Amino acid sequence: MISPSLTIKGDAHIGSQLIFKAACLEIPADGWTCLLGRSGVGKTTILKLIAGLDEHISFTGDISSSDAMPLAGRIALMSQTDNLLPWLSVRGNVMLGSRMRREHGQSDQADALIERVGLTEFSDRKPHTLSGGMRQRVALARTLMEDRPIMLLDEPFSALDAGLRAEMQELAAELFAGKTVLLITHDPAEAARMGDRLYLMTGGGIEDLKAILPQQPKQPQQTVREFDSAEVLAATGSLLSKLREIP
Amino acid sequence: MKGVLSICLFVIVLLTGWQSLVSGFDLPHYILPSPMRVVTAFTTHFWLILRHATVTFSEVMLGLIFGALLGGMTAIALAASPVIRAVMRPMMVLSQALPVFALAPILTLWLGYGLVPKIIMALLIIYFPVTSSFFDGLMRTPSGMLDMARVMGAKPSAILLHIRIPAGVPGLASGMRLAAVYAPIGAIIGEWVGASEGLGYLMLLANGRAKIDLMFAALFMLVVMTLALHFLVDRLATLAVRRIDPSAAS
Repeated sequence: MISPSLTIKGDAHIGSQLIFKAACLEIPADGWTCLLGRSGVGKTTILKLIAGLDEHISFTGDISSSDAMPLAGRIALMSQTDNLLPWLSVRGNVMLGSRMRREHGQSDQADALIERVGLTEFSDRKPHTLSGGMRQRVALARTLMEDRPIMLLDEPFSALDAGLRAEMQELAAELFAGKTVLLITHDPAEAARMGDRLYLMTGGGIEDLKAILPQQPKQPQQTVREFDSAEVLAATGSLLSKLREIP
Repeated sequence: MKGVLSICLFVIVLLTGWQSLVSGFDLPHYILPSPMRVVTAFTTHFWLILRHATVTFSEVMLGLIFGALLGGMTAIALAASPVIRAVMRPMMVLSQALPVFALAPILTLWLGYGLVPKIIMALLIIYFPVTSSFFDGLMRTPSGMLDMARVMGAKPSAILLHIRIPAGVPGLASGMRLAAVYAPIGAIIGEWVGASEGLGYLMLLANGRAKIDLMFAALFMLVVMTLALHFLVDRLATLAVRRIDPSAAS
């Protein structure tokens, strides 16, 4: 499947609370779009809207993809909580989607993905025997197993310690290459490191911050920017000031 | 170990208190028999008591099994469909306003003196706790898991089977723990209203003939049986919960 680009335009409310107004979010194909904002501004709402989980959200506007095809069935979701089922093994969790859709003969693919996230020797273990970082790698393999062109990531690394987070960012960037990725984050350093496009969400609006991102694009071979490069550090600083300006 | 010790201590205090009550007030044995008399009655009538206990035990076990099945299926139906929920919930609440005990004479009238009305009494008394605990468990599946499953393109029936039912097992387990204690009450009430065998019947019979020692011996058997059932079900429930969530403290 070829990754489409997405455009979201419109207003959204939950009850009487305004989530965003006259927003325009462009999510290019084959790249990472970061949506940065402080906790509780409704970042997850946008993600739920795209994923079609918008039961309580009233949205007027348009969500369209570049190939004009419906989004249902082309999206995979990864969130901050790993959502691993405690009664299934690592392999069982990775294969959950295909089992629920009654697809058979996917176990080779599952084993290959478990190997790519470096958990082959743990594939029969239950989640509670794994560390937080390993559990999130299982979640990563499960998300990849879905083989969808659009990836919606809701702060998937924010519960990890700084070292693990950097490691997971690199692994995810490598594994999600070629997909349309929307990353929700409250971490300016993560946004500066990962983003090809960057939006800042404030109470009621969405601001395009592409200008703040390091000017020099990511190299073709390079999946993420170096976290300690001067540009990334500078961008992190400006993003943090931007975040703090929000009342 | 501490538990066993405290139980032993409790039994010793109870027996001492009981004996001193009987000796101190010089109570006749047809009002309150001494512990020793009850032990004698228990050993001399052991086979009689055991035979009646077997009957009560079968009623309780069958009531538990059918009650768990019926309650489990009701909870799944309620969790699966908002329509069923809207129709059945008021009915279930209403049914709880009706004391189950009041149904016992009618059940005996309709179904006779055999096992069936007692099994139904045990079933009715555990039906609501099993249904409501399992239903709570089914409805408390973390929303993140449900969102994930929906995005994966799973049908509601697949989500129920693969996620919600396993995640609801701890709820069912706590319902079954309650049920193991309640079910004997249902069976005994059923026997009191009309029976020709069972511990409830034996207790009434002994009471009527002023054989209070035998009544106490039958009561003792009932307590032992209920405790054994409680520990068995508790153990099974704990195993089931550990299987679902090995990290859960129990």
